[in-house]
Formats: sequence, C-alpha cells, structure tokens
Amino acid sequence: MDIRAQVSMVFHLDKCIGCHTCSIACKNIWTPRRGTEYMWWNNVETKPGTGYPTLWEDQGKYRGGWAVHKGKPKLKLQGRAGALANIFFNPYLPTMGDYYEPWTYHYEDLANAPEGDDQPVATPVSEITGRDMEIEAGPNWDDDLSGSYIYAESDPNRLALTPEEREVSFRMERLAFFYLPRICNHCLNPGCLAACPAGAIYKRGMDGIVLVSQDKCRAWRMCISGCPYKKVYYNWATGKSEKCILCYPRQETQQPPACFHACVGRIRYLGLVLYDAKMIEAAASVPDHELVSAHRDIIKDPFDPEVIARAKENGISDHMIKAAQSSPVYKFVKEWRIALPLHPEFRTLPMLFYVPPLLPVTASMKDGIYESTGEFFGSLENLRVPLRYFASLLAGGNEAEVERSFKKLYAVRVYRRAQTAGDISQKEVSRVLEAADTSPEEVEAIYKMSSLASYEERFVMPPFMREAAIEAEEEPSRRKTDAGAGFISKLRRGI
Amino acid sequence: MGWIQDIVDPKARLWEELYRNRWEYDRLHRSTHGVNCTGGCSWEVYVKDGIVVWELQATDYPSLEPGLPGYEPRGCQRGITFSWYIYSPLRVKYPYIRGVLADMWRKARAAFADPVEAWASIMEDEEARKRFQKARGKGGLRRTTWDEAVEIISAATLYTIKKYGPDRLAGFTPIPAMSMLSYASGARFLQLLGGVVLSFYDWYADFPPAFPEVWGDKTDVGESADWYNSKMIAVMGSNLNMTRTPDVHFAAEARNNGSKLVVFSPDFSQLSKYADWWLPVRAGQDAAFWMAVDHVILKEFYADAEVPFFSGYLKKYTDAPFLVEIEVKEDSNRAGKFLRAGELDRYKGSENPEWKLLVFDAKTNSAKSPNGSIGFRWQKREGLWNLNMKDGEDGSEIEPVLSFIKDRDAVIPVDFHSAGDAGNLRRGVPVKYIETARGPVAVSTAFDLMTSQFGVSRGLEGDYPEGYGDNMAYTPAWQEKHTGISADTVVQFAREWARTAVSTRGKCMVIAGSGVNHWYNANLIYRSAITALMLCGCVGVNGGGMNHYTGQEKIVPESAWRTIAFATDWLNPPRLQNTPSYHYVHSCQWRYDSPGREDRILGNDHPMDMQAMAVRLGWLPFYPQFDRSTIGLVKEAAGAGAKTDDEIISWLIRELKEERVRFAVEEPDRPENWPRVLFIWRGNALHTSAKGEEYSFKHYLGTGTNEISEETKNPPIHDVSMKWPAPEGKLDLVVDLNFRMDTSALYSDIILPSASWYEKDDMNTTDLHSYIHPLSAAVPPCWESKDDWEIFKTIARKVSELSRAHFPRPFKDIVATPLMHDSRDEMAQPSVKDWKKGECEPIPGKTMPRFTIVERNYPDLYNRYISFGHLPKKTGMHEKGVHWQMEDLYYDYLKGAPSETWGGKTYISLSGAREAANVVLFFAPETNGEVSHRGFEDLEKKTGVKLAGLAEETRGVRYSFADLLAQPRRILTSPCWTGITNRGRAYSAFVINVERGVPWRTLSGRQHFYMDHEGYREFNEGFPTFKAKLTKERSGDLRKTASAGRSVLLNCLTPHGKWHIHSTYSDNLLMLLLSRGVEPFWLNLADAAEIGVRDNDWVEVYNDNGVVVTRAVLSARIPRGVGFFYHAPERTMGFPKSPLRNMKRGGGTNALTRVRLKPLFMIGGYAQFSYAFNYWGPPAPDRDTYALVRKLEGKPVF
Repeated sequence: MDIRAQVSMVFHLDKCIGCHTCSIACKNIWTPRRGTEYMWWNNVETKPGTGYPTLWEDQGKYRGGWAVHKGKPKLKLQGRAGALANIFFNPYLPTMGDYYEPWTYHYEDLANAPEGDDQPVATPVSEITGRDMEIEAGPNWDDDLSGSYIYAESDPNRLALTPEEREVSFRMERLAFFYLPRICNHCLNPGCLAACPAGAIYKRGMDGIVLVSQDKCRAWRMCISGCPYKKVYYNWATGKSEKCILCYPRQETQQPPACFHACVGRIRYLGLVLYDAKMIEAAASVPDHELVSAHRDIIKDPFDPEVIARAKENGISDHMIKAAQSSPVYKFVKEWRIALPLHPEFRTLPMLFYVPPLLPVTASMKDGIYESTGEFFGSLENLRVPLRYFASLLAGGNEAEVERSFKKLYAVRVYRRAQTAGDISQKEVSRVLEAADTSPEEVEAIYKMSSLASYEERFVMPPFMREAAIEAEEEPSRRKTDAGAGFISKLRRGI
Repeated sequence: MGWIQDIVDPKARLWEELYRNRWEYDRLHRSTHGVNCTGGCSWEVYVKDGIVVWELQATDYPSLEPGLPGYEPRGCQRGITFSWYIYSPLRVKYPYIRGVLADMWRKARAAFADPVEAWASIMEDEEARKRFQKARGKGGLRRTTWDEAVEIISAATLYTIKKYGPDRLAGFTPIPAMSMLSYASGARFLQLLGGVVLSFYDWYADFPPAFPEVWGDKTDVGESADWYNSKMIAVMGSNLNMTRTPDVHFAAEARNNGSKLVVFSPDFSQLSKYADWWLPVRAGQDAAFWMAVDHVILKEFYADAEVPFFSGYLKKYTDAPFLVEIEVKEDSNRAGKFLRAGELDRYKGSENPEWKLLVFDAKTNSAKSPNGSIGFRWQKREGLWNLNMKDGEDGSEIEPVLSFIKDRDAVIPVDFHSAGDAGNLRRGVPVKYIETARGPVAVSTAFDLMTSQFGVSRGLEGDYPEGYGDNMAYTPAWQEKHTGISADTVVQFAREWARTAVSTRGKCMVIAGSGVNHWYNANLIYRSAITALMLCGCVGVNGGGMNHYTGQEKIVPESAWRTIAFATDWLNPPRLQNTPSYHYVHSCQWRYDSPGREDRILGNDHPMDMQAMAVRLGWLPFYPQFDRSTIGLVKEAAGAGAKTDDEIISWLIRELKEERVRFAVEEPDRPENWPRVLFIWRGNALHTSAKGEEYSFKHYLGTGTNEISEETKNPPIHDVSMKWPAPEGKLDLVVDLNFRMDTSALYSDIILPSASWYEKDDMNTTDLHSYIHPLSAAVPPCWESKDDWEIFKTIARKVSELSRAHFPRPFKDIVATPLMHDSRDEMAQPSVKDWKKGECEPIPGKTMPRFTIVERNYPDLYNRYISFGHLPKKTGMHEKGVHWQMEDLYYDYLKGAPSETWGGKTYISLSGAREAANVVLFFAPETNGEVSHRGFEDLEKKTGVKLAGLAEETRGVRYSFADLLAQPRRILTSPCWTGITNRGRAYSAFVINVERGVPWRTLSGRQHFYMDHEGYREFNEGFPTFKAKLTKERSGDLRKTASAGRSVLLNCLTPHGKWHIHSTYSDNLLMLLLSRGVEPFWLNLADAAEIGVRDNDWVEVYNDNGVVVTRAVLSARIPRGVGFFYHAPERTMGFPKSPLRNMKRGGGTNALTRVRLKPLFMIGGYAQFSYAFNYWGPPAPDRDTYALVRKLEGKPVF
C-alpha cells in the first residue's frame, strides 16, 4: 500500500442547469489573456452533443488516453520514446477548426461612426488575424441543441444506441438533453503527463493537482494529444501549454476553486480522498466494464487504521486524514457509489466523478396529442435517454453501475416524499429501498448532502499547510517579511 | 509506473508562484448588478491595482430556518461577466451629444445670452429641429462637456415648461428594486418639476392583471426558498434555469426531497430537462389545460366528495360563498352583480351598505353581511375589516352556505360564455330567492355559478358535459384540441395535484412567468391556474401559492422609498403614468390598431375611445393632462375670477364640461399635446422597452423606420380626434444616462456617462429572496462618469439657477390623478356613469379624476432635492392603506444624521445616494422594527385583529447602509406585505391573511373567483374562462406584408434568453462567445427545411411592424409553427441590413411588435379595479405576434 492524498471532485448532474457561470468564473481569473482566448479550462457541454473541442470524445480521431497492451496501459498516442522520435510531427492535435477562431467586435464603431444614413453596428473581428470574420464556430456552439441532426446526432456516445433509439430521440415525446460541465480531471494516470517529452507536467504529491510547469514546458504539445479530455491548451502567445490548475492558489488559502465557488446550481463537491498508488497500473488495465469498480477500489477507507498508518508513513498529516474522513467526495464515490468517472475507458483514472441526471418521463404521441401518464416519479423503464448511453459516458459500458445510481436517486425521492407528504405507503417505500439496495439511513444521508449541504459541507478544504511547503525552500518567517518585495523568478517567455 | 516520479527538488515548483501572483488582489468589495433581473445577488468585487479585475458571488446570506437549503451562492453567468463592461470599448466615458445638435446649439448660444432663449431658437426653427431629429441613431456623436450638456438639458426643461407645461417632460427608468436610489434620483427631480414618471411593470407586460383581479395586490409571491416547502410545483411560462438562475437549485433540491416538478412549456426547454414531467402545452393555450384541471377538481373533490379542508378554505378565504344576483331577462339569464347589503332592510342604516356583500347563513337561514367587505375598510367604525364570519352589524356568528345544491328554492337556466366554441351554454343553477327592496331576487353563490361555468352538472339540467370524454367546455377531452395534451394526462395531473394538497394541507405551487404572462389574454391563464390553487387551499400557505416571477417589482422598503422617489416629502400628488397607455397614444400606435368585435366594451368600439373614457372618468392617469399648460390654466382661472384653490378647480370642471378645456388624450396629434423631453436612465427605453420600436422611431424620434404598416382607415373612434398625416418627431430632446453605448444611447441626443454598478452606492431587493443588500463603489466612478443621484443633482442645480430668470417665484400647478386603490376612491363608482354623456355630474374624485393644486418652487428645487422635506412629519407615512406617525423618528434621526440648513430650517440631508439610502432604511417598516410595529398597530385598529406581536421580537432592529455592506440583511415582517419572515421562516404570500384573518384588498375582502364589475361581465370574464391566443388576423401583424419567396409563417416568441438579462450583457463579449456571436433565431427542423434554411444560415424575419436579420439555429426542441428570438439583444451587435426593407438595419425583438391594449383593464374606481402605479391598467402584451421567415438572399451587408 502506497497511500497518497488527492483533492477529488463530484459533479451532481441532476442539479446542473447548464448556466456556465463556472466557465466565466474561471475565464475571468485565469484565461482572459492574449494567447488564452480560446482556452476554457472549465466548459459546459450539452449532451447529446459534440462538445469542445468538437468531438473530443472520439479517440479514433485524437488518440488520447491509454490502451491496454500486453496487459499493461500504453499511451494511444505512442510511448514516450516514440514521442521523442516523432517530436516535430503530431498529427492528432486539434486544429483551430476543432476549437474556434477567437473573436471580438468593432465596438468602437458605435460611438465613433460619423453621421450616415443608417444605424452603426459593431461587427465581428478575429482576435487572431485582426480581420473581419464570419462566426462559424464557438466554444459552446451546440448549447441547448438537443434534437439537432448536426450536433446531437454526432455525439460519439450515441453509437451505443440502436438506430431506432437514435431516431426517436428527435421526437418531441422522447427529446432529452442534459449538461456536462468539464474541467481537468486531475487524473491518477494522466495521459498528458505521460506524453510530455520535456517532463514539464507533474502531479503534486500532497494534493494530486496536475500542473504544467511554465518553466519547463517546451511547446511540444504532446500533452494536448495525450489528454483524452482535451483539457490541456497551447498558449500561442507564450508558447507554453496551460491547463486547469484546480485553483491551487485559492485552495492554498482554504477556498474552493473559483468554478466550484461560483456553481449556482450547487452541483459541485470537493474533498480529499486517500488512494493506493500501487494499485494504479492494475486498475488501468482491467477490462472496460470493470474499470469503475477497479477505480473505486483504489480509493481507500480513511477510517481504516491500516490506511491511516500507511498514510502517516507517507507524511500525510493528521489534518489531512481528518479532511479525508469528512470528504463529501468519498461518500458519493465510495460509500454510496452513485458518482461515476467520465469515460473510464480512457484509462487515465480521472478524479472527477459525476452523479447521472434524472430526466422527465417519456410520453407517447397519437394523432398530434401528447399522452404522458404513469408513475408519480417515473421509472427506469421509461428513461428518455437509454441507460446504455449513460453507461457509455460514465461506466465503460457497464449499465449496472448507472442503474445503481438511478435506483438510489429514485429511492431518495420516494423515501423523502413519504416523510414529508405522507402519501406513499411504508410498504412501497420498503420495496423501493430494497430494489435500490439501500437503507433509510443511507438515503437520508444522500438527501442531506444533495439538498441541504452548505458551502462548508460541499467543499471540505484540506489544510494545505503552506508553512510546511514554504519551509522546504525558505523560512516561513522570512516569507512573511519579504514576500512581495521583488520577483521570485522570471520566466523566459513570461506571461 | 515508471514515469510517475516524486519530485523532491522544491525549486522545480518555484514557478508555481506565477499563478499565485495572478490570483492576488488588493481589495474585496460588496456590490451587485442593478440590472432588470429578479436575481438580486450579492457579489464580491475584486480590485487589483485600482482596477476591477473580476467578481465572485458573496456567500454570507444569513441562514433560514433549519431544514431549508441555503441561498449561497447567488449569481449567474451574466452577472459574473459584469467586470468586462467597466473598461470595455462599449463604456460611455464622457458626455456625448449629437454632432449636428451641438453645432446648432453653439451657434444659438453665441447669439443668445440666455440658454433658454437659445434652445427656443432651435425649437422654433422647424427645419433645424427636423434636421437633428433625422440624424438620431445614425452615428455622428461628439464628445462634449458636462457643463454644456447640463446647460442644454436645463434650458430645454425650462423652455418646455414655459411653453407647454411641466407635464410634457417625462422620464423612463424601470424597476426600482434593482437600484432604488438611482431610480429615485431622476424621479425625484421630475416630480419636483411637475414632470411625469412612466411606469414599467405593466409596460413590460410583466405585471399580472390577475393579481389585482383576485387579490387586490400588484404582486405578492413567495421567495425561492419557499419552493422547497412545496410538494408539487407546476411551472408554466417560466424557464427557471434561464431567468431564476440563482434560485433554481431550490427546485432540484425540492425534487430530491420528494416534490414533483411539472413543467409546462411548448418547447423542450432548459427547465423541461430538469422536470419530472414535461407537458408541451401549445404556446399561449395553458388556460385550457387548467380549466380542465379545475373541472376535474370541482367534480371529484367537491361535487362527488366533500373535502372539509377544501370547502372550509373556500368559505373562509374566498368569495365562493357570497351571493350573486341572477340577472333575469326574458331571453337569457346571466350571472349579475354580488348582492349588496344595502338592498336588505336589515342593513339599510349601516355605513357604505352598497359596498358590503352577503352570504347565506345556515344558522338563521337568511342573507347576512359578514365583516371584511371593502365597505368595512373605509367606514368610520373601525375594527370590522377582517375575515371573521360575523355579522357586520351585531357581531353574531355566521355559518356561510357554500352551495344551494341541496337546499334550494329553484333551479334556473343561466347562460355561460362558451370559450371559443359557438354559442352560449345554458346550464341549470340552483338559486334561492332573497327579499330585497326591489322584491324577491334570485341569487346563487359564486361557488354554484362557478361550478356550472366549469361544466360540472351535479345532476342539474342543461348544456352540461356527460363526462370527461365529452367535448364540451371545460372537460379534459375539450382541452385536447387547444393544448395538444391528452385528456388522461390532465386527469392524472388534477388528481395528483388535489391529492397532494389534501395530504399536505395546500403545499401545491404554481410558478409562472412571462412565457404565459405576455399574452393578450394572460390574465385568464393566470386565473385558471389560481382557481386550481384556491380550490385546493394552496394560497397563503408555505409551499403553496401563485409565484409570479417576472419583472423585479418588489421594492421591499417601498413606503419610505416612494416618499423620496416621488418627492412626496415636498409635494403631493406626483404625476405617475401607466406607460402602455402613454405609448399607445403618444407613439401613434393606436392609429394602426384595428380591434375586433370582441374588444368592444362599455359602449366603446375602439380601445382608444375606452382610453379617453378611462381618463375622463378617473380610471387611468394621462399626461399631458389638458390641451394647454397646467400652469397657464391656473392663470386663466385667476383671470376668470377664481381666487382659492377650490375655485380654480370649480372653474376647471366647468370648462371641461363645456369642452373649452379638453383632455390631451382626446387630441393626441396636436403639437401642444405631445411629450417633448424624455429622460432615460437605467433603462433601454428606445429599444428593449420600446414595444413597437419602429413606430417610436418614426413618431417620437422622427428618424428612419422599418415598419410598413398602414394606419387603419375609418377606425370606429368617436371621442378622440385624429389628424392626417400622423405627427412625426414629437420629442424635442432625448437624454440618456448610461454606462453602455447601447441602442438607446445611440438614438439619444445627449448621453451622460453614468457610474456603473461597481462604482456607486445603492440598494437592491427582489421577490426571489428576503434580503436587502447594497451596491457600493469598489472603485470611484470611472473617467467622467457620475452616479445617477449626482447627475440629477447637477441638473437640478442648473435648473434652479436658470429658473431665477424664468420662474423667479413659487407658482401653482393643477395635478390630475385618477381614483386610487387603497383609498376611499375605490368606492367611487358602484356603476359606470359618464358625466360627458350626461349620466351624472362631473365630480372630482367621484365621477372624474381628482384635481389638486400644487405649489412649485423652482429656485429652491435644488435645495429640496437634497433635503428630506417636512411633509411626512405632519402626515406620517403610509403604504397600501397602512399608516403610521414618524415625527419623533424624524427628530431622532436628525440628531446624528447629516443635515441641510436653508431658508431658516434644518432638514435631514439627501445630498448623496448613501444618505438617501440610510433615510429609506430608517423610515421603512421592513428595515426598522419600530416602524413595523407602529404599522401593525395601525392595522390592528383597522382590522380588530391582533397583529403587533408579529413585530415584537424585531422591534429593536434597525439596519443602516453600513450594516448592509457588512452582510445582506433579512427583511422584517411588515404590515405592508403579507409574508412572515420571523425566525428564518421562508416568505410566502398572503400568509398573514390566512393565519391572522387580515382581508385581501378586494371588494369582498377575500380572494375572488368572480369579478362582478359590468365591464368584466360584458367581456365574459366574470368567471375564469378560456380565450385562445390572438389569431394572425386579429394581431394585424401581416396585413400589408406579403410572403417574399419561400417563407414560413411563425408565431414569434421572445422568451428570456440565456446570455443576457434583457439587453444587458447581450453586447458583452463573454456572452457572445458562449452563444453564437449574434442573437440567433430558433426554429424547428421541419419549418427550416420548408424554406431551405440550414443551421447558422442568415434569415430575415419580417412583418408589418419591422424586420430582423439574424442567424438561424435549428432544433427539434422548438415546436413547429413557433419561432424563438430570445429577448432582447441590442440591435447594435452584428445585425445586418434587410434587403426586404430598403437595405436598412434590422432591429431586435421589438422590431416585430406593436402594442395592443386589452381595454378591460382600463376600468377603474371600483374596489380592486382602481388605479395605482404599476398596479393596474392594461399591460402591453407582445406574445401574440406573427412574422414570416425566409432565408436571407445573398451575403449579409453591414
């Protein structure tokens, strides 16, 4: 056992409203700079849809993540040696066409236009070329576009559906969509890190945050290909890659990342988990449908004395262990098993987990009349999006994993309805709890965490113990007195 | 794995300082966004190096009671981009003026020493005036100085008052609640002048007429946390994710807590995705669904079974048991008026007997008049205006009978309106005969009549449906053809609804918004849903009620605020105008209206005649008032020998009667009757707020237009004169205060740079939560901008200075006001009588408007602006009929507060927005517990009900502006509102009424199913009913427009969008990046295929009213026959020109609209149908709009 600590995350998709406040919170702070215009460290996608950059999930196109080769994970792109050999040519990079051409407008024309015969207007202009342009793509182009033969139809996860299922999903009585907010997954087995020829990418030991050193990055851009989630971006102004840093400067001051703070749907949770680093390679090598459970097994019980002992051996403090013990993420992922990793078959062992969304009940259509009757809260049998789709997205094709989540989510509602409205029989409640393999205590706990959890309960910030980290380089007492008086280091092609 | 190695060299991580430095900032500051949005979110603004760098939500809202989720964080994708604006190229940094006007002014100023004379020289040169009007909106802006801009504005102000009178100046600023002191600044300035402040809530059609109809209240709703208390939430016409972004988590959390969320929406909306049950009711037809739901509830939970909770609720809290006379005629019986106590011998001697209603008492087997009717509210004998079922005369207990179905004298046939189907329906109704002065009168209860109206037969004879499957009003089967939803679905919904209400005692809720409220017949959609709520005891209950959220109308500390905003600390009454009437008339849109037979009412064939009647009879305000100056009239009266104020008014009435003085509304085309100077601040009056925008461009501004509509030939108008051709370019001067170069700025003559929301002090409240919190200056006003308070202060100073030559002494002005709600005036007109037709005498305040002589003082106007006047010390303050004294508080406050001394007296200072904010906080019951306590004591006296205890535990609480800066503060339980917020309880409307027995401010004092005013009965809206959305023909949008090539006809809907709050943020780069770079037009795949349009193609959307050119987005989530153009992008952002309209620039959402007013809402002087600002009057609906769509020919031209 090699116990490490990782700041890990849960997004409760049932609550996501697709508002993109998270995206702006991030953009405002980190990427409004020249060279980063097109970077959306946090973005939100409408599913079914093609995402950003377009069709990022299609590894036939991008070759991100890992494949199992001779029982071991191997980068799809190529091994490190291969990367070095092929260093000047990388055919799997997304192009500007896969992202978009960043633009702004001739805003100044509104105030400055000379008197003419019509109202002035601000027209778009490219941030890259400075020339007038037509807008044909953007970072969120298929937003809310459920039922589009161009975008929804091209969602790679729809391959899991039958042709008939795909067709009916464009009919009103079966229409559905939901939102998928995405940031860097701060993976346990990061494809970006493995692909970097310069060794510029590292995973911080104490918290698992994956960073691209702006000192060491040499613009090879292999990280962009290696990441199957396309969450590393190339800054064309500085010539260095950048990515989500999980707001470590905020976390180091006991604040959750900005996108978490800003999440007005209150869908986000953040907390520490303890995991066994020795198990990574094996977990990344199991067959697709076992990936979720293998991944879950890496995460260890923070109350287990053995785990605690090994954690201490690795220098994990009592404070950190306590944080892991009160982590909401641990509960969602490990205890309740209702949060699942995004595309586990990419085998990077992402440390961001998603609770799947409930969708309205289906209907039938006869002679133009919409008929929708049935059970009070709907049921698994009449999901608007078939389970297989969610299994493709969140479980490496394993429908049982998704089914468990859905059943528990229903059970929570039925139980709470009985408690608060009193119009569901105890017998029915027991039947539902049993079918979901859960208990009143568990659904009550899920209910509280999903409905009532406050800011402090959603985000259990571990102590980052900055004094100890700083001590490695400099006396904290000196940092206190000297900080801010001059540059600490100067970057060669600074930002 | 080999490549994951522990880095042990700490130097390798030194670079991490880079992002730490990026995150660093110097200051955090609390503010919010004064945008027309109900979010009302508290934000932390980050300042680095004196520059605002970004913002994140504040998360420190005081918590609610245990078991409710918290409010943090509040703030959406739009709000979080605000910092982009401050230093953006859109920022108005300096004062601007239209160049051609600047040239004229400088020339005139060189010729005339007096600025007023200089302005006169331009105005009286018709060619010059036309010249700069034609340039409006077409570029050519020029930088100017504050001094020059303020001088022009002041000169134009005084010139207009001298020549035409002060009521030719108007100001438009929307929605005070979002930044109430900014609103107050210009309003206060205008009211001190005698100018007109225009309403907003009704103009936006956000105002729901059903609220005054049913409850006598403008709007009162639960806060979003109360959604969590609901066990069944039905949402219609409100896309919560879009418009209630920071609140919608309560819906998800409630769902998780076992609540059912049902969404009615024609499209598979962003919220539908979030729902348990999505019901795609056809756009605008929701009333049909609810009528059938009501049918099922009345059948299964009233007729077939007795649910004591339901029937008990109806007897105590609604008009259901009250007696309605059956108007017996030879060929047709109809539901008539509520029988009045005055008709009975027993009550002859009581006060206001014609305003007291009757129930049938089971104890005595006779008609009795219980407490609570409006007659009790305004009688001398206090303490009987309450919901106690006791005889109003002798106090004996009454046991009201809900229905005569079991114990009846007879069953007589009554005719009911049949809702879009042919002919009337004749249905048997059980009646009793009551002995009156007129002899025996057949009466039924409102409940019995309503049950028949809904088609529940209870075994009675007549045109009743036989079952749910019978296609007759209002069965589940009947509604299918209107809604497209199956009968079985309706039945299931109705049962789940009623059963949930039974098991939770009323915790069913409707959330509604503009998607249903912006239709011409929106009130009926609301009333049909409210009926389902009332029938199931769901109003006045936490987790229940009608939660209408559109238009941030809730100014929580309204009493103290309005005193300052409308300068009633100095002068009374203010000139407050309902804007729909104003623009319908003044922007000439009435001339294009061609109403149908169904719009006839009270002898008027055209809404314009009804409008004139409404002004004449004191139902609605209208400014300008008369065909000449209201100041000049005083002089005329004096010339005719009038010495006292009363004599002046008597003279005026005589002149009006003999038509020597005429109401301006009767001759709107005469230049004397035009509005002349328009102030715009905090709003987009010439674009987002300009319904019928292209008509405004032509008739107000005198610049280019894209409308091709023809004026109606020979309209059936008799009382209003019409001149040909219609006037163009009515406005002399348009002044806009703005921080954005938006559409209104582009079309204005003078643009003054105003401080943005991170640069000024102000206060913000909303319906959606129960906190009051501040805007404040994270940085000082940027560049040359000033906050609104300072700007109007600056103008006021200049006006005072220039008036020393032009209005050196105080003078008298006549102010006309309509019969007001919450005053005795609401008992003015038991029936409609027109003095002009000789049906009665013209009596001010009774059969016509009130007239008040007001003394204005312009040289002191500036001093008054900055001083809190002494008037409230004498009169106290009041709100919604609640009244309290405050003289001791005035002196208390003056002890420590900043003050102004002039003219030998000392006043509380209002020199800045922060001072004004503190005054509001100190004198409002919602922020000062002592004031609340006093108000409750007053209400105790009026009602005879114990109430002051509600304010006992917070009596010592007083908030100051500094308190708000530290943390948002929860509003206190107040006599001016109806929810209880004590101890963290979620605010829910009408809880005080239900729990304490305080009446609603209506005719019966109860919630009304039935409206007995003769206008309602004539309009077939006495009972809830269904009227379909307007047809294309009735809309008149396509009378002239022919289909150009391959086009498809669509009902054009303009719901609130994801990337903007109205027009704000629609020009924000971040929002444009996340959308499609331009506001696109959404249409169904099949409709698009018909016209050969693919995703992202350019399209032209056109009708008589104007044209839009934009990109198309195709999706199956939009139903066929409907197009979505999300409300309301700036027309300045990337919209090309229109080949169909002479290659002129296409517009925004209002380019396709024209105003149509529902004349029913113009009635007045009758209980809850009496005027109050933003409370009553016809809204300006925009959903019944039709347009053709085609693919744009060729490349877009900009």
